Amino acid sequence: MSDFFDFELTLRLLSLDFVISALLVAAVLGLLAGVLGPLIVSRNMAFSVHGTSELALTGGAAALLLGWDVGNGALAGAIVAALILGLLTRRSTEYDSVIGVILAFGLGLGVLMLWLYKGRAANKFGLLTGQIVGQDFASMALLTGAAVVVLAVLAVVYRPLLFASVDPHVAQARGVPNTLLAVVFAVLVGVATALGVRTVGSLLVLALMVTPAAAAARVTASPLRATGLAILFAELSAVGGIILSLAPGAPVSAFVTAISFLIYIICWIVGRARRTALA
Amino acid sequence: MSATPAVTLSGARLAYGDRVLWDGLDLDVAPGEFVAVLGPNGSGKTSLMRVLLGLRALSSGTVTVAGQAPGRANRRIGYIPQQRAIDPGLALRGRDLVGLGWDGHRWGLGLRGVRERRRRVDTALAEVGAEGYAERPVGLLSGGEQQRLRVAQALVGDPAVLLCDEPLLSLDLAHQRAVSELIDTRRRTAGTAVLFVTHEINPILPLVDRVLYLVDGRFRIGAPEQVMTSETLSDLYRTQVEVVRVRGQIHVVGAHGEVCEDFHMHEHLAER
Repeated sequence: MSDFFDFELTLRLLSLDFVISALLVAAVLGLLAGVLGPLIVSRNMAFSVHGTSELALTGGAAALLLGWDVGNGALAGAIVAALILGLLTRRSTEYDSVIGVILAFGLGLGVLMLWLYKGRAANKFGLLTGQIVGQDFASMALLTGAAVVVLAVLAVVYRPLLFASVDPHVAQARGVPNTLLAVVFAVLVGVATALGVRTVGSLLVLALMVTPAAAAARVTASPLRATGLAILFAELSAVGGIILSLAPGAPVSAFVTAISFLIYIICWIVGRARRTALA
Repeated sequence: MSATPAVTLSGARLAYGDRVLWDGLDLDVAPGEFVAVLGPNGSGKTSLMRVLLGLRALSSGTVTVAGQAPGRANRRIGYIPQQRAIDPGLALRGRDLVGLGWDGHRWGLGLRGVRERRRRVDTALAEVGAEGYAERPVGLLSGGEQQRLRVAQALVGDPAVLLCDEPLLSLDLAHQRAVSELIDTRRRTAGTAVLFVTHEINPILPLVDRVLYLVDGRFRIGAPEQVMTSETLSDLYRTQVEVVRVRGQIHVVGAHGEVCEDFHMHEHLAER
């Protein structure tokens, strides 16, 4: 434990190329998660994001087994999941249980495929907890390209999407295509989730996609400010998590989740104190 | 009042399979006119709203809203829904709710229109007297405050037609009066046509020009004093119904509880 917070070692590692590219990946992911997060929280989609990330794992496992690129497999799995979950209406009382049903089956399938896979064990573990170090140029390009596309689409649909997310009845009355937007948003979330699965792992995507936005919603009611804070919190968690994980060489996800959880707790306390002061 | 109707329905029929909600419905609503849509649950009041919003097609007949086919004119419609519980943790302030009524339906981020949006929202908030809580999360506001914001949200886009779907439900009497007066002022000053779906006519009785009363596939259109009579309602309900006027209020006393117009009264009194 003596080298757990070794500053010199951390600084030395920070000058390495693969660490810098890992930090870039984390920064891009943090931006995506921070922008999408407040909408995910407003739409009560945390469980659906979890389901999507588990099915990204299934896609990744299938790709591993078939010898395809794991990143593409995860992307395909997440998009299929997002389309299925996006087409389910949010009002349906079955919504939660259908996610649970699909999630459990998909995860079971993933476990089976990982068992059938006879390659390196590290590849299997990487799908669960992420492998942010060791991103090659191709995956960097995929990540950046996908992130640009997600942000561009989001910029086009942002206002009606916000309307449909926070006030669906009036949005529909004003001619906003709620169902179409639900599917588009689910796909955007699916793409971002698949990118997250490769880096922080499928089990911990929620730590970036949901926790920062949930924390932001505790301290501000302005959608704009909530998005700004969610980006800040997601960046702190993702980039900070990597830097802290360098010296001890521990899994990144442990630090990412710890930081985002700490931020959430602080925001929860601040929000509670403010609300008590108002009342 | 201009000659072009804000809403026209002619020979309109709506049926789900064998069940006919209404048939042969002819209704022209003039600009600035206040039409109350009454009737028991399941009589097709909300379905009429859905038809006007283009969310449901007529089985037969024609309909236009603001001179256009339904679904094309939604930007010219202001819609006030019934008050629903809003999650207290929702990241949305009163001002944001109103702002969505201004440009929430438009594509893009809307960065260029920020100043205009702010001005419009401020004006709309002032019109309903909601400046005091415009910065607070909507989920923490009372039902009456939320409905005032709903009026601002519906009016900020300068609509030609205002569709109100039970907007007074679950409000106390003071807020019922405040919200309905805001709607009345608007239609008098800007000539906005109002279609007002309600279970209970009394809170809006002084404002209503005409009543559309729907029961079980039958309907009657006319001034309140023509439609709200024992004879007409008995005919519509196909059972003996007594209409009693007490101190300017209308009470419908029927053989069945469901006929009773004021059965929501105890809920209003219980609220807050």
